[in-house]
Amino acid sequence: MNKLIWLLPAAIMLPACVTINIYFPEAAAEKAADKIIDDVWQLKQEQQKQQPAAEPTESTEE
Amino acid sequence: MKKHLFAIYLVLATLLAAPLAFGEADIEINTPAIAAIKGSMKNQHQQLKPFYESGAIGLTRDGMVGVRDANLVPLAERQKLNSLVAAQNKDRNALYKEIAVANGHPEWENEIRSTFAERWISKAKPGWWVQDTGGAWVKK
Repeated sequence: MNKLIWLLPAAIMLPACVTINIYFPEAAAEKAADKIIDDVWQLKQEQQKQQPAAEPTESTEE
Repeated sequence: MKKHLFAIYLVLATLLAAPLAFGEADIEINTPAIAAIKGSMKNQHQQLKPFYESGAIGLTRDGMVGVRDANLVPLAERQKLNSLVAAQNKDRNALYKEIAVANGHPEWENEIRSTFAERWISKAKPGWWVQDTGGAWVKK
């Protein structure tokens, strides 16, 4: 009987460990994706700059 | 005996609380491999931007870039566009895979891809074309 009681935590521990590792962290993944997309599309900088549309037209002739 | 039982329940309580505390782990994206892919994608984006704006290309529902209407691109530029899109998609595939691997879960690749697909589309500018869940092109 005593031995059985000690087995109980072990029985619960095992699935708990497995769940921690298999679970896909959706919210964290979304945050990571947003960070990368902002960087690749340079969204943050664009909002900060918002320059007037005067662009020096340097033609790159080759 | 009672002391033993108490110890057991203490252990149990800790174990049950653990998944709650660590369930939402962070996703690691700061590795040299991911930084390199990001840099390459950033460069390509400068060239891809006008094609998003004209509607020649759009964002697909599987996290890629797709040619939507090649007729919007002058014949002479089409080859260039095709290689640009191919390069971008190669980087995107590598990115999703690399993030999964960097987090010790290569099997997460598809979930990461769908997360990205949804985020690219939601961050796309008004006027850009994106695919809906059925795969049809819609203008944002």
